[in-house]
Amino acid sequence: MAALDQLAPLDELDRHLIDAFQRGLPLCERPFAAMAERVGASEAQVIERLQTLQQCQVLSRVGPVFDHARAGASLLAAVAVPDAERDRMAEVINRSPGVNHNYAREHDFNLWFVMTAADEGRLEARLDALEEELGVPVLRLPMLEGFHIDLGFPIPWAELEVS
Amino acid sequence: MNSLSMTFISPLEDSAAQRLRALLERGLPLTARPWQALAEQCGMSEGEVLAWVERWQREGLIKRMGLVVKHHALGIRANAMVVWDLPDDTVSEVGRRLAEEPAVTLCYRRPRHLPDWPYNLFCMIHGTRRERVLAALDDIVRRQALQEIPHRVLFSLKAYKQCGGRYTREEQT
Repeated sequence: MAALDQLAPLDELDRHLIDAFQRGLPLCERPFAAMAERVGASEAQVIERLQTLQQCQVLSRVGPVFDHARAGASLLAAVAVPDAERDRMAEVINRSPGVNHNYAREHDFNLWFVMTAADEGRLEARLDALEEELGVPVLRLPMLEGFHIDLGFPIPWAELEVS
Repeated sequence: MNSLSMTFISPLEDSAAQRLRALLERGLPLTARPWQALAEQCGMSEGEVLAWVERWQREGLIKRMGLVVKHHALGIRANAMVVWDLPDDTVSEVGRRLAEEPAVTLCYRRPRHLPDWPYNLFCMIHGTRRERVLAALDDIVRRQALQEIPHRVLFSLKAYKQCGGRYTREEQT
């Protein structure tokens, strides 16, 4: 992404923060001071780094990740659209309320998105409305069972340097 | 009452807690006292905000709290959704095993939609390059003895949208 490409490479402090705090943000009055102590920096430095990482889109945010299954209703959905219309259809999906992820993937079902709502009824209504607007059937794939505990993702810094 | 509905905040509980949740979905303000800033916005004390968050963590409504990384921006651009067509009587067991693989970042069972969609288990594998992701998958297939199980790898071509979920009613229009 342009914003990151314009930025100096992430330094030791940035990496340390990303490695140490994808989970377990200290739950106390001054969390950034507690983080600073762990990584050997000042509170002001930690806040400044997090602001920069957020501005250049390395971080989408700092805070809680809610459990989709408990935080409301959500499901993974997919549509098969002609390649020539993919960008246009993706825009329609992005404008639809409650969509938080939307990817093109290599398959006949070539647009994959996550639709969310406060409850099941609203979720179905949103999907029905979108299906009508798109004019193609929406494959609806609710989660039946989740096996993974989200612990964040170890960043392969060495691989990123050579690539 | 099932376990799912018990975790929802009942309407009898404070609507300030609902406001807090809506604010938290957007992330913490990056200031020295982020909880205090949130408290002011939703009419609670800082201590009450911390107590709610602590409770939501304990109950599992909050899965993790910390830096939410956008992998693509960092250069982790190969993102594969691997889908498997497993027999119904083994899908859960295989799901549990795949979830323990370090390369697998998410693993869910979902319904088939025959005839268009025969796959009932989904997992995500992220990496810097396509070849590395495919090598990790080969390794998993071999170690977990899944050679006979039909599966497909759907690499992402483009991210049109990637952001946190918004569930709270207040944000609906």
